Amino acid sequence: MEIIERIRQRDVRAIARLMSLVENNAPEATAALKELYAITGQAFIVGITGPPGSGKSTLTDQLTKEFRGGGKTVGIIAVDPTSPFTGGAILADRIRMQQHSLDAGVFIRSMATRGHLGGLAKATGDVVNVLDAAGKEVILVETVGVGQDEVEVVKTADTCVVVTVPGLGDDVQAIKAGILEIADIFVVNKADREGADKTVAELQAMMGLAPGRSDWSPPILKTVATQGQGIAELAQGIFAHRAHLDRQGLRQTRQRERSRALFLELLQEQGTRRLLERASANGTLEQTIERIARREMDPYSAVEELLAKAGL
Amino acid sequence: MTESRGEATQASATGREVNDTMSEARKIRLLVAKPGLDGHDRGAKVIARAFRDAGFEVIYTGLRQTPEMIVSAAVQEDVDAIGLSCLSGAHMYLFPRIVELLRERGVDDVIVFAGGTIPDEDISALKKAGIAEIFTPGTSTSVAIDFVRTHVRPRP
Ligand code: B12
Ligand SMILES: Nc1nc2c(ncn2[C@@H]2O[C@H](COP(=O)(O)OP(=O)(O)OP(=O)(O)O)[C@@H](O)[C@H]2O)c(=O)[nH]1
Ligand SMILES: [Mg+2]
Repeated sequence: MEIIERIRQRDVRAIARLMSLVENNAPEATAALKELYAITGQAFIVGITGPPGSGKSTLTDQLTKEFRGGGKTVGIIAVDPTSPFTGGAILADRIRMQQHSLDAGVFIRSMATRGHLGGLAKATGDVVNVLDAAGKEVILVETVGVGQDEVEVVKTADTCVVVTVPGLGDDVQAIKAGILEIADIFVVNKADREGADKTVAELQAMMGLAPGRSDWSPPILKTVATQGQGIAELAQGIFAHRAHLDRQGLRQTRQRERSRALFLELLQEQGTRRLLERASANGTLEQTIERIARREMDPYSAVEELLAKAGL
Repeated sequence: MTESRGEATQASATGREVNDTMSEARKIRLLVAKPGLDGHDRGAKVIARAFRDAGFEVIYTGLRQTPEMIVSAAVQEDVDAIGLSCLSGAHMYLFPRIVELLRERGVDDVIVFAGGTIPDEDISALKKAGIAEIFTPGTSTSVAIDFVRTHVRPRP
């Protein structure tokens, strides 16, 4: 396949086009992803998540500068929400990353959620794989501004950075249960603002209450992303976490979990789709639903019957 | 299929679409860019919002972009179209330069259109240079949206 060769050669247009095909669920995309899969799994993937406006894009920009300074190539995927009313989106994370726009060692891609919940787009994992196959050494994934249960990034990233800011409320309102649990590193950004130390103290207290994770205790770092303060320490923290993962063999564990999730998800999606296609081919699906609605048949037997017909 | 995983099964299982706007066949991706040094960004923001409301995915890169930066972003984002906004008077240099850089990189399936304070007498020269259409102050955004919808090149 020509596109595979071009992606191996780091051809920017081929990479970008494959990403679109992947996002649009085009058949060519699946074919290409099949071929590229064997050479993925090389990149180090860092998730950046946190509430809207907390400085995720600015931090991503600064981290990119730091990693580039260390000679690493960087891929960035920045996700913004699709409007549920119009289906459109304004993808504006890139504004903060303009200093890298002419650097051939950096590839930035904006993605809209297209209705997918969880803080990422449905195709984000596959787009990460494309960047990975194209040889990007570090991949930064910026989620949409999240609330508390949009934690899907944990399924994609090796290291999750959770960003918060001072003054979000008396207790650290915006990073409750779900988000708290996925953090490998906490960042209190906008530390130039009043109350940063208080936020750090609150986080420490919250972590004291959290179920003990003996192997790694997430550091809490202060940054001023707009001025580049604390970025070197953040990068060090990320590398320290990566070293920890390597030491404990946890990267393999995480990759296995990720493979399991991906496989099961695909199986579920395609299995259901095929079953439904078959069931609706001759109108029996609608008839069955109609009968269930009229209480002539119960849904439990209907499902069993359908699966039995498919030989399952 | 562009629905989220959970919705996908629901939608087809009931034969109904959960959300029509989400499952549109292919999203049109548009880069809205402000080349040069001028800080007049109201028009660009109005345009970005109007296209979003029309269901487009709009990548907005902010102010003070060089033609090189705009072309690089357009290629990485694999956009279908680029909308340029210029109110500084430097459009006769900036717009053609962007088209030229696209051609140099072999990009021939992206339409470039523009708006801002462009005097009428410049329009035909800009069109010759490869700008598909110019939308000057006062034009309704729906005209630009229709234009892009009808002129965007089909892709898989
Ligand atoms: C508001 C304004 C400002 C504001 C800008 C605020 C902001 N953040 O945008 C402020 C006060 C900051 C400002 C400053 C200046 N301004 Co001023 N400003 C204007 C003014 C009065 C209105 C512009 C505006 O916002 N219109 C409303 C928006 C919605 O309309 P629009 O931008 O034209 O966009 C519409 C269309 O053009 C089109 N469109 C625009 N872009 C695009 C893109 C695409 C893809 C499409 C499809 C359509 C499209 O659709 C939009 C909606 O209909 C114009 C006069 C005018 N009549 O245009 C002068 C004007 C643009 N300014 C001018 C000047 C000279 C300046 C200054 C240099 C003044 C100075 N000496 O300091 C500074 C420069 C600032 C800078 N850094 O660049 C001149 C430019 C002259 C030129 N082109 O040669 C103008 C034309 C005034 C004049 N008649 O002399 N300005
Ligand atoms: N004072 C201060 N402002 C900051 C800091 N970091 C970012 N900002 C500003 O905060 C605003 C939001 O920053 P972004 O980086 O866009 O935040 P984000 O989390 O990516 O935002 P969304 O993607 O919209 O959720 C911008 O105006 C930044 O300039 C900081 O450390 N201090
Ligand atoms: Mg952002």
